[in-house]
Amino acid sequence: MDNILELTAVELAKKIKAGETTSVEATEAVLMQIKEIESEINCYVTVDEEGARRRALQVQRQIDDGTLTGPLAGVPVAIKDNMCTKDMLTTCSSRILENFIPTYSAEAVLRLEAAGAVIIGKTNMDEFAMGSTTETSYFGVTKNPWNKEHVPGGSSGGSCAAVAAKETYFSLGSDTGGSIRQPSSFCGVTGIKPTYGTVSRYGLIAYGSSLDQIGPVAKDVTDCATILEAIASYDSKDSTSVKREDYDFVSALTEDVKGLKIGLPKGYFAEGLEEEVKQAVLKVADELEKKGAIVEWFDLPLVEYAIPAYYVIASAEASSNLARFDGVKYGYRIENFDGLHGMYKKTRSHGFGAEVKRRIMLGSFVLSSGYYDAYYLKALKTKALIKKAFDEAFKIYDIILGPVAPTTAPKLGASLADPIKMYLGDIYTISVNLAGLPAMSLPCGMDSKGLPIGVQLIGDCFDEKTIIRAAYTYEKSRENKEA
Amino acid sequence: MKQYETVIGLEVHVELATKTKIFCSCSTEFGGAPNTHTCPVCTGMPGSLPVLNKQVVEYAMAVGIATNCKITQYCKFDRKNYFYPDNPQNYQISQLYLPICRDGGIEIETAAGKKVIGIHEIHMEEDAGKLIHDEWEDCSLVDYNRSGVPLIEIVSEPDMRSAEEVIAYLEKLRLIIQYLGASDCKLQEGSMRADVNLSIMEVGAKEFGTRTEMKNLNSFKAIARAIEGERQRQIELLEEGKPVIQETRRWDDNKEYSYAMRSKEDAQDYRYFPEPDLVPIVISDEWLKEVKDRQPELRDEKMIRYKEEYDIPDYDISILTGSKHLSDIFEETVAICNNPKKVSNWLMVETLRLLKEKEMEVDDLRFSPKHLAKLIEMVESKAINGTVAKEVFEHIFMEDVEPEQYVEEKGLKTVNDEGALRSTIAAIIEESPQSVADYKAGKTKAMGFIVGQTMKEMKGKADPAMVNAVVKELMDLQ
Amino acid sequence: MANVITDETIEYVGILAKLDLTDEEKEAAKKDMGSMLDYIDKLNELDTEGVEPMSHVFPVYNVFRDDTITNEDMRDAILSNAPAKKEGSFMVPKTVD
Ligand SMILES: [Mg+2]
Ligand SMILES: [Zn+2]
Repeated sequence: MDNILELTAVELAKKIKAGETTSVEATEAVLMQIKEIESEINCYVTVDEEGARRRALQVQRQIDDGTLTGPLAGVPVAIKDNMCTKDMLTTCSSRILENFIPTYSAEAVLRLEAAGAVIIGKTNMDEFAMGSTTETSYFGVTKNPWNKEHVPGGSSGGSCAAVAAKETYFSLGSDTGGSIRQPSSFCGVTGIKPTYGTVSRYGLIAYGSSLDQIGPVAKDVTDCATILEAIASYDSKDSTSVKREDYDFVSALTEDVKGLKIGLPKGYFAEGLEEEVKQAVLKVADELEKKGAIVEWFDLPLVEYAIPAYYVIASAEASSNLARFDGVKYGYRIENFDGLHGMYKKTRSHGFGAEVKRRIMLGSFVLSSGYYDAYYLKALKTKALIKKAFDEAFKIYDIILGPVAPTTAPKLGASLADPIKMYLGDIYTISVNLAGLPAMSLPCGMDSKGLPIGVQLIGDCFDEKTIIRAAYTYEKSRENKEA
Repeated sequence: MKQYETVIGLEVHVELATKTKIFCSCSTEFGGAPNTHTCPVCTGMPGSLPVLNKQVVEYAMAVGIATNCKITQYCKFDRKNYFYPDNPQNYQISQLYLPICRDGGIEIETAAGKKVIGIHEIHMEEDAGKLIHDEWEDCSLVDYNRSGVPLIEIVSEPDMRSAEEVIAYLEKLRLIIQYLGASDCKLQEGSMRADVNLSIMEVGAKEFGTRTEMKNLNSFKAIARAIEGERQRQIELLEEGKPVIQETRRWDDNKEYSYAMRSKEDAQDYRYFPEPDLVPIVISDEWLKEVKDRQPELRDEKMIRYKEEYDIPDYDISILTGSKHLSDIFEETVAICNNPKKVSNWLMVETLRLLKEKEMEVDDLRFSPKHLAKLIEMVESKAINGTVAKEVFEHIFMEDVEPEQYVEEKGLKTVNDEGALRSTIAAIIEESPQSVADYKAGKTKAMGFIVGQTMKEMKGKADPAMVNAVVKELMDLQ
Repeated sequence: MANVITDETIEYVGILAKLDLTDEEKEAAKKDMGSMLDYIDKLNELDTEGVEPMSHVFPVYNVFRDDTITNEDMRDAILSNAPAKKEGSFMVPKTVD
């Protein structure tokens, strides 16, 4: 075998099953790669070497005796550090959880473990998933493996960089406003944000509960569909979990877009979008058209209202979700303080970073007496209108196609200075979360700086299969061209 | 001095009698070592999520129906945000915008007559944990066993004007809820808690004065004292030309005074918003009907039925139905022995006497109706006499003994062997010539002495009627 | 800037959020919040008259649990991350009731 690290997750699992390699060998290869380049990339908060080796051995035994046969059996995986992992440090990349060791695992993690995936460690992220660059982590910035002077995107920057840098075969990310799709695009990997309610949120440390969804980050569409099939489930522990008809996402891996109606929202290709990104994305539309899809431009209204509505809703929910971090039950507690409220304030002020505090302050303000109607209620009404706009669009189109982000990965340190500018970078991803839709980011080229460009395919609610089919078709035609 | 009227509204929190907490599968059992009834959900662990206990909704609906409320058929939970260590998430899941019940009311009766007290709303929410102040260190200890125990909060309209009305309202609520089986409503254990909103205004005034909210009231007596104390405090303020400040106050029942609970750190701005981790509750007409059909008979209905079905005095009816538990014992016993009058007697006389003597509450009664029924049957069939019956009942009351077995073991059965009785009495008469002489001389009382001696000889087991008859017969023969 | 955030507002929000900002952070927060709110005010351009506020995107409702005890004593696990504990309880600075 040339280099075992070049394999996709599904390819690796097949080779392990065929006895051509082992889970132990793949795990050692990943750990070796981490040893070599992790100090430069910093995509992990925790690498659990010992545990990974132990789990690989155990999984291999189960594969050998035929009790583990699934398509991910034996494959190393990295988990975003906002998902609880039993007996493994879970920090949300925040000082306030610097020592938190959960006694339970997130449902999505349990499902991966049951599928025989081998957890390598926990990936770096923007603190509490608040950010688009993975620069707000208490544990240092993650760098883009394609160019270490650039950010990997965020908030699932660690998960995406780890896949790109081959420090894992695949990973789990979470997406509240684009946090899987945007870093996938910046790192040249493939990620899906499933329909809200498809993957259980139990054990996912909440940022914006009504928007958060866990999803896969992987090397290609096949891996993504396979991982999604493994982690998606109806979970009685998550009241917002949806009982779906179909979880057989792998069955959608077919090359067939004949007659598929694809809409290009004009607003997604307007001012602010880098020309190189625009051209690369439009080429995807061309390619799918050649394969038989029908591509049309259309007006998707309200695009510019999604970001302000999102920041009200996400910040408000975050201000409440993050109230539990107070130095009483777990995590960081400051040493010297004056009384109960002194402990709360000092612990939280030292435990949270600037971006988190910014959003907690904003969220507390928009919910405070006298402002609820003007801000929160208004945002919920806007959300209703945005959802309606998508519903209308999906009466006509099977898929909405557009860019993931206006630019490729910016340089380190370039975004944080101007928050609103940073927030504007999420313009194409955020409305998808507000409307609960599934969307996928997949690589579609490189810019002149040598940085990856991603295309976004947005589907109607519960219609992951159509975007998987279109993405797979595009991916195959691209492979054929490159071959 | 001006004449003032007191305006009172109540917020009553009732812990529901579910087996598990409102959002997790932990036990609600009272007591238990600290934090032994907890899990990630009720301790606010990161990533944990709430799932609603259906029984909570049904109990809340039942209380709403029984208090004449409108049931909100599309209702939701909201988050109430405030920091305190007894509240592990630093928000309480409660209901603000769409509470499950609204616009109800119940009728109370006081010396002044009947009156309806309006119920503004009833909402569901989670209870907080318990804080214990450490004796040795300058710290408090947090126990989350109670965190997440389901509560309903019943918010009245400001319709009450006196402590008497308040107590009548609380008693009535308590009975309704106990009858529904929705809670045991024990003030001492905190399963029923009342916060008192009180303001005063001049008699005849149109607008209410500024109200205060009093907490920490854990008995009806404390509530009555707190109302009087707070009323006096507010009157004094107004008389001195000082304003009443709208605030939350804590009643200290020892000092009989309330203290402001104000702090700069408690802004009382709860930033309510819809709970994103829970989905709405839709109560269909069918579900509502199901719960309505399942409603048990409440006290008012029960009183009417007792009057029709059983030939017992009104006073007995009001005592028996004054406790769900007592009325259950009554009905179950009557169902077995079919003698309502006798059952009522045992409960009204002996049971109440023993409760008082042993300083117990009606709810502490633990004996089986079938044992009381058996006892009544034994008395009726003259298997035992009244004196023995009282003795046996005391053991039923305390240890729930099986009366027949008990009587057998202790040899208390009435002796119905007339031959034996005759020879015993004859012997006594023979030894009591004086009594015979007195009897002959017309002093019928003398017969009593012979009867008494006989009962003593028979160790109380003789049938008194039979003893009387035989004594008279033999004395007359003398 | 249309939205001017005062010192009092920052102070008040700090009490609500239990955050103690340094003077520097307070100044930054005033500026940030002001400009964020200006940006959010864009929503006022939208006519939302008669629009039902949407908190859940899907009409999922009546998700219930049965009233059955399934949790056992897990106190040690629950307390395992506590910064301070004593006698099976979480320890906090003295609360004044
Ligand atoms: Mg309440
Ligand atoms: Zn629990």
